[in-house]
Amino acid sequence: MRILTAYQPPSEGRAIVAGFDVVEESLEVRRRVGYLPETVPLYMDMTVLEYLDFMAALRRLPNADQCVDEAIQRVNLGDRVESYIGNLSKGMKQRVGLAQAVLHKPEVLILDEPTIGLDPVQVVEVRNFIRELGQDHTVLLSTHILSEAQQLCNRVLIINKGHIVAEDRPENLQARLAGAERITIELAGDSDGAVDVISGVKGVLTVEPISDGVFEVEITPGQEIRPAIVRALTRAGQDVVEVHSRGVDLEQIFLELTRSDNKAKGKHQLQKKKKE
Amino acid sequence: MRNIWTIAWKEFKLYFSTPIFYIISAMVFLFLGVIFYSNIAQIISSASSSSSSGGATDLPGAVMLGPLLTILLFATPAITMRLVAEENSLGTIELMLTAPVRDSELIIGKWLGASLFTSVLVGLTWIYPIFLHAITKPNGIDQGPLVSSYLVLLLLVWALVAVGVCVSAPFKNVTAAFFASLMVSLGLWVSGLGASALSYSGGTGGTSLLGTILQYLDFTSHFYNTAYNGRLDLTDIVFYVSIIVLMLFFATRIIESRRWR
Repeated sequence: MRILTAYQPPSEGRAIVAGFDVVEESLEVRRRVGYLPETVPLYMDMTVLEYLDFMAALRRLPNADQCVDEAIQRVNLGDRVESYIGNLSKGMKQRVGLAQAVLHKPEVLILDEPTIGLDPVQVVEVRNFIRELGQDHTVLLSTHILSEAQQLCNRVLIINKGHIVAEDRPENLQARLAGAERITIELAGDSDGAVDVISGVKGVLTVEPISDGVFEVEITPGQEIRPAIVRALTRAGQDVVEVHSRGVDLEQIFLELTRSDNKAKGKHQLQKKKKE
Repeated sequence: MRNIWTIAWKEFKLYFSTPIFYIISAMVFLFLGVIFYSNIAQIISSASSSSSSGGATDLPGAVMLGPLLTILLFATPAITMRLVAEENSLGTIELMLTAPVRDSELIIGKWLGASLFTSVLVGLTWIYPIFLHAITKPNGIDQGPLVSSYLVLLLLVWALVAVGVCVSAPFKNVTAAFFASLMVSLGLWVSGLGASALSYSGGTGGTSLLGTILQYLDFTSHFYNTAYNGRLDLTDIVFYVSIIVLMLFFATRIIESRRWR
């Protein structure tokens, strides 16, 4: 992210943002990028309005006042413009940071963990705002929250230890891993021998007891064998309480893709890209 | 150029919206006032006992300029400590450097803002010479040394600000930045003493290369030996200006060093 915002040069290779090289045309890149770092960069001794005016002046916006007004409207900060930033709540500060990032209507918006540390209501607000921004900006956001990436973006990049391990639309990534469809089965009472019964059913690949009376079953995709499993269990005298198809979400894709490295405890990062 | 001014103006205004201005000016004027009063009282009492002549020439220097300079030596690091160190600790440095602003513009802007602020502070101390002029009979004080002293004093303070900007640049901790700038400023303050110590211990009385450098670097000698006595010397002006340029250049390099770290 720091490379794309021209803060640090790449150690190798090139990076081009909005058609400009981050090293050779760094000022051009910086003019076209809006950036919200993970720790929101705010001057605590300034009011919201002073801060945004200052940023507008730095970016030399021709119609600075209008841009500031629009940004304030967009993040819904109208009633706090005269407050000192140091006195605002975390969610409010996040909004000021977002206002700063969209001030100059950048072609590319880079958001680093924008919902971290917010309460659930604020998370929803920020996510809605990001979705809205995606309509007329290219938004690149990094997140560790996989469901967030799944909800918000149309292109996901999974980066593991500095290498891209997957890049696709979230639904395509799901389809790619559909080969590992899983269901969980919960039984009531004594579940001795249930493993043998389930694995006896045609189409069951593996059976794994998760806890007392709960099993995770991997099945051949594309076949509906859940009724057959339930029938077999009932015939064996077991009471089936719940059968639940888990589907495949990004969490699983992520685990799948980084499985070999999991033991090494590397820092995994998932990036998602939303393209206009 | 416009970016420099935008940053400088923001820094300048920020001094007045935080308690820093009020605390530092209280410190400067309280100490200066006490010293000024006691010096005046002393002069009046000694003048009444023996009629000394020629005292009027260095009067402002003796009663206030020297003390003002010493107070500013301690006040300037407090003024400059947050300039870059706070940006580093708040992470706003990332904001500045991902905005279309050159590293040098950021540094010069910060220096200019703090220099403007210290200039206001120094400008306010004019009340003492004005007062002195009013009470000195019959012709008032000699204004030549006063003006030359103030001019070079301003340059000296701007150089101190540049030292503060440069030294605080690698720090994240504001307190550490304060003490580091104070240490460097004090070092430049007493480097002349180091030079004399070298020449004594050498026994020869001559000057070694190191001694010459230390003597040249002495911040106070470029003030007290010339401007203080009413003489404007170009070498002093060149000295302070080159310190400013050099320090701002190093500060820019420090900011840029993120690129190869």
